Amino acid sequence: MTDEQSGRGGAPPLLELTGVSKSFGGVTALRDVDFTLYPGEIHGLVGENGAGKSTMMKIIAGVHHDFEGVMKIRGVETRLRSARDALASSIGMVHQELSIVPELSVAENVFLGKQPLTTLGIVDWPRMNREAKALIASLGLDIDPAAAMGTLPVGLQQLVELSRVLFSGAQIIILDEPTSALSPPEIRQLFDVLRRLRSEGRSIIFISHFLDDVLAISDRVTVFRNGKKVITDETRKLTKDAVIAHMIGRGSIDMHMGEDAMLAGDDSKPVVLSLENVGDGRTLHDFSIELRAGEITGVYGFMGSGQIELARALFGKLPLRRGSVKLDGKPVRFRSTAGARKAGIAFLPENRQMMLFRTEPVFKNVSIAILDRIHRLLVKPAEEKRITEGHIKDLQIRPPRTEIALGSLSGGNQQKVALAKWLTHLPKVLVLSEPTRGMDVGAKEDVIRIVKSLRDKGVAILVLSAEPETILTLADRVTVMKKGTVARQFSSGKIEKADLLAAA
Amino acid sequence: MRNIAPVITLIALVIFFSFASSTFFTLDNAFNIIRQLSITGIIAVGLTYVILTAEIDLSVAAVANAIGITVAYFTIQPDYVNIANVPMQGWIAVILALLAALAIGLVTAGGITIIGIPSFIMTLAMMQIANGMSALLVRGQIAYSYPEIVTTLGSGTAFRIPIGVDAAGKAAFIPIGWTIIVCLAFLVAGHIVLKYTRYGRYIYMVGGNREAAEYSGVNVKLIIGSVMVICAMCSGVAGMLGVAYFGSAQQNQFDTFLLDAIAAVVVGGTSLFGGRGGIGNTIIGLLVLGVVNNGLDHIQIDSFLKILIRGLILLAALIINIYAQKLRESG
Ligand SMILES: Nc1ncnc2c1ncn2[C@@H]1O[C@H](COP(=O)(O)OP(=O)(O)O)[C@@H](O)[C@H]1O
Ligand SMILES: [Mg+2]
Repeated sequence: MTDEQSGRGGAPPLLELTGVSKSFGGVTALRDVDFTLYPGEIHGLVGENGAGKSTMMKIIAGVHHDFEGVMKIRGVETRLRSARDALASSIGMVHQELSIVPELSVAENVFLGKQPLTTLGIVDWPRMNREAKALIASLGLDIDPAAAMGTLPVGLQQLVELSRVLFSGAQIIILDEPTSALSPPEIRQLFDVLRRLRSEGRSIIFISHFLDDVLAISDRVTVFRNGKKVITDETRKLTKDAVIAHMIGRGSIDMHMGEDAMLAGDDSKPVVLSLENVGDGRTLHDFSIELRAGEITGVYGFMGSGQIELARALFGKLPLRRGSVKLDGKPVRFRSTAGARKAGIAFLPENRQMMLFRTEPVFKNVSIAILDRIHRLLVKPAEEKRITEGHIKDLQIRPPRTEIALGSLSGGNQQKVALAKWLTHLPKVLVLSEPTRGMDVGAKEDVIRIVKSLRDKGVAILVLSAEPETILTLADRVTVMKKGTVARQFSSGKIEKADLLAAA
Repeated sequence: MRNIAPVITLIALVIFFSFASSTFFTLDNAFNIIRQLSITGIIAVGLTYVILTAEIDLSVAAVANAIGITVAYFTIQPDYVNIANVPMQGWIAVILALLAALAIGLVTAGGITIIGIPSFIMTLAMMQIANGMSALLVRGQIAYSYPEIVTTLGSGTAFRIPIGVDAAGKAAFIPIGWTIIVCLAFLVAGHIVLKYTRYGRYIYMVGGNREAAEYSGVNVKLIIGSVMVICAMCSGVAGMLGVAYFGSAQQNQFDTFLLDAIAAVVVGGTSLFGGRGGIGNTIIGLLVLGVVNNGLDHIQIDSFLKILIRGLILLAALIINIYAQKLRESG
């Protein structure tokens, strides 16, 4: 086995799993998986959504303890019972779904449960803030430790969580999709930190859908498909094409997808929604855009450039203080999300958890947005399930069941359910914030196909993203957003990734 | 109902009191328990709605008191009652009292949804305001007369169930009061709305995940505002029937109803975090509460100790609920 031979300098493995299987009820998430991690290595883990990556990591981090197979830490067979157990074995994990407390300050989140105390036994705030700041600065970040965690962008929240894991002294650090929400400079900083940790002899498991990132940072890569390990190999022996082929189990796809695009803005199409010089009094100012029926308008910008606010303002979640909004030529002002929905606006936020009910069955998740159109007074679950079954078929949601709790679906399938909410009665305007973030190639293609088919049915679509690839694969026109306002607009001709990066 | 822990608690309590007292497990006493619960039951229906949306209403008892006094205020009182009141026709008095409850509910709803005051604080203020209304209307006096419909529903007998003959050889009956019928009507209607209507679905979804409901285009503020109004109306009706049931309307008469109503909802297994539970749970919770209150009166212990024991039993019921829930979620 090449696995065993590639140990760094012949050092014994730090972590070794053999024959691990795990199922949730009827769903098998992992089948007979072997995995080794050596001291001082960065180990990339890739695979489509639902391949079992997070489940495997949760086993290592002590979150799931009823699994089959053997886990050895430093050669000793161990079964971790909790995250606390894992920490005692110096294993720390930054979860895909963050476990921060948004109301608490950054410093409190870093030291959660371990706040430094004064001799009087009360929390030593100055010291806590000082140490948190230093710890965060060591990650190359400049964040106010007293700011409420919830006010930071998701990407930064993840880095703060990483600093908490580092503070705990973990030797095995698991990062589940840490770069999904980061801007390029932030990713570079993160990579510097990871290399430094590696040079200290710590080991890192790094999960990401950005294959370029994985190939750039890791020493070895493991590919999962359908709950099985397909291959583990040294990164230098792998190419992006080869990894993709292992991931999807079929021939490679067009590698240049999303590098450039031909825009096809058509001014003869009717304007559905127009914003003129709108501002929210904080982040957004003097922003104008026109959305046309049957077109996808892309808004590109780094995180924090105001896209989040723009999307919320359009859906009635954030009040606009300046400028005018016109829908079908008539001035409108949305005071609530309900008002926006009734006017024909649909919205998919960047974090799908925000619009999903994890413990409720899939059909109730789908029907909540259309209850007033399908029921008068009484609810008819049979009707809701029939509609949901149609969406499950169209969108190929797996597993194809209306009654299972939404939380047991994989991320890509959850995203499809979120999208399905708005598809029973087509909206006039569909606002999509990071529609493909954190998704694997297969699910991404599905979502792109669905969005394009909605455009062809005449919906005016707005896609907001900090990933140039997303914008370039979808948009018919592009607005680049910078510091809350329009930096540049492209409506026809060929544009490249570099054009977007240059304008932002 | 997904959680059977409250049912087991109820059965255990019934078995315990049946062995501890010979007078507890009788048909007569069973109806006694139900009669004692009916006013609390009406309040608990409204409170179930509020708690399902993860809000709270601490003003229920004070509002019941104020509305009970309001309806008396608009009714002719006997000569010996020394209140400068404004008598009206019975149905007008009832409508005015209901409007007062509506107004209280709307103010609470507005404070929470428009201004953004947490319900805990808003209803605490409302409790004080409603107590103030009561105080001003009766000024330390007691009123005894109510519109006829209120008297009937609060203290009248709807029908009698024959139960054979008593010791003296005469036919014996158990009287079923109108309050029981009204309470049942509220419970049934409350259940149907929650489980089978669109509005009920919204309540569960808003309670389950408010943010997700909002991002799905649900008018969350409208739902939360409306449950506060429903709760005030339930309290108002309970208050009117309550004063008739007690036979007098005076200040601080409903004080024990706040904790009883909250305890009934929560002991029944409805989650204070919203989204889980319902009227079925509340009925079980009411019965647990009724059995504890009534059962303790049937056994020979220090009556001052009873208050403590009652608290401990309720605490135990809550602990059992939480463990049962955890067991189910992990299993
Ligand atoms: N807590 C859970 N309950 C039920 N099923 C789950 C749970 N967590 C994951 N799964 C299922 O296990 C499979 C693997 O999921 P996951 O490990 O999250 O995939 P990945 O992280 O590779 O996208 C999926 O089919 C998912 O639906
Ligand atoms: Mg995952």
